[in-house]
Amino acid sequence: MAKAKAVALISGGLDSLLAARVVLGQGVHVEGINFFTGCCVEGHTHAIRKRDSEKPKRNNALWVAEQLGIKLHIIDVVEEYKDVLLNPKHGYGANLNPCLDCKGFMVRKADEWAVAHGFDFLLSGEVIGQRPMSQRMDTMPVVVRESGAGERLLRPLCAKLLPPTLAETRGWVDREQLHDFSGRSRKPQMALAEKYGFTEYAQPAGGCCFLTNREYSSKLGDLWNARGHREYELDDILLLKVGRHLRPRPNFKLILGREEGENNYLRGYCSQFSHLRILSHRGPLGLIDGAADRDDLLLAARLAARFCQGRDAAQVEIEVHEHGGETWTTLVRPMPVAEVLREWYV
Amino acid sequence: MSGQSAPEHLDARRLLCPLPVIRTQDRIVDMRAGDILAVCCSDPGARYDIPAWCRINGHKILEISEGDYEFTITLQVGESDAVQPGD
Repeated sequence: MAKAKAVALISGGLDSLLAARVVLGQGVHVEGINFFTGCCVEGHTHAIRKRDSEKPKRNNALWVAEQLGIKLHIIDVVEEYKDVLLNPKHGYGANLNPCLDCKGFMVRKADEWAVAHGFDFLLSGEVIGQRPMSQRMDTMPVVVRESGAGERLLRPLCAKLLPPTLAETRGWVDREQLHDFSGRSRKPQMALAEKYGFTEYAQPAGGCCFLTNREYSSKLGDLWNARGHREYELDDILLLKVGRHLRPRPNFKLILGREEGENNYLRGYCSQFSHLRILSHRGPLGLIDGAADRDDLLLAARLAARFCQGRDAAQVEIEVHEHGGETWTTLVRPMPVAEVLREWYV
Repeated sequence: MSGQSAPEHLDARRLLCPLPVIRTQDRIVDMRAGDILAVCCSDPGARYDIPAWCRINGHKILEISEGDYEFTITLQVGESDAVQPGD
């Protein structure tokens, strides 16, 4: 008899690793699926910053797939995800995290992919009570219902606390070998990881999404406020992950690389933005996001000079590239720290 | 790499991971086993992620060459379904 086939939602964390491993252990053919929303936390995104270079630069979802010996399909859902982020039916969590809508969306996308590719069911690493919004006893059926996955969705780590699903009733998996984890404790997962010999795994504090991060959500809110609308492009939300963001005036924001890796990354955007290059000292590359006139650019130049190695110099020479306009150089006095207002930091 | 077909090229510069992996994955769908793809990247993470994705999907890394602020990963497309659970 042919093996049953399952698609596992792989976030890169411990729970999805274990859920997939449990089902693999029952002889099911498992392949992983991972969704890129643009707001995903990736270890190597931080690795743009040189000082983080000692940390692993891996993508945890790929790493999990490799540990399990399964394929991983990474799906770009940036465009479709905008509606989830902008219009969450169930609202936001503590920050701009639409967790319940997000979970329903991802399960729906995984289910559509599973059906289109001839898979029998899908599985996720959800645990009842693990998350305050999307993984509660009362919200887990919402995900099942609103995703359209219905009984095709198996949650191996807490399946014994939930009604039997298709995988169990069809005999593709043995319900008795599934689990009854619940609550926020990680001890059952850690014990199961030890049983399977997983000694290393990612434990992201805020999940796998930047939207649970207060600072990131603050930057996103600032972007929406400054533009007067909430539409965004992928580059907008990627740039929120990089650099120091200061908004000294409502009409523009200055993005400064914090070190060489970020400067290198921001350099790729120079053709799209007015930008500042510090000529006389080592220092950040600065992008100007917004409509800035010459007075704004001079203010930005003084601010950028504040963050270069010439911060205590009498003058710093800066090359100003106006987007679609001329390039000129200027000598500016670095802005004293007392003049850099706290509220400018986005 | 002598005797192999001329590589196709994919520009994944200025993309943060996992986008270079996704673009590579999407390009390979239309290629045949044995074909060569050269992916130009600027995110240091791609140096780890594209080889990892190739390992789990049965493709072979031929070369990683360095440039100014960017690097090129050259890979050879493997047979589909090269990796099976439990193998």
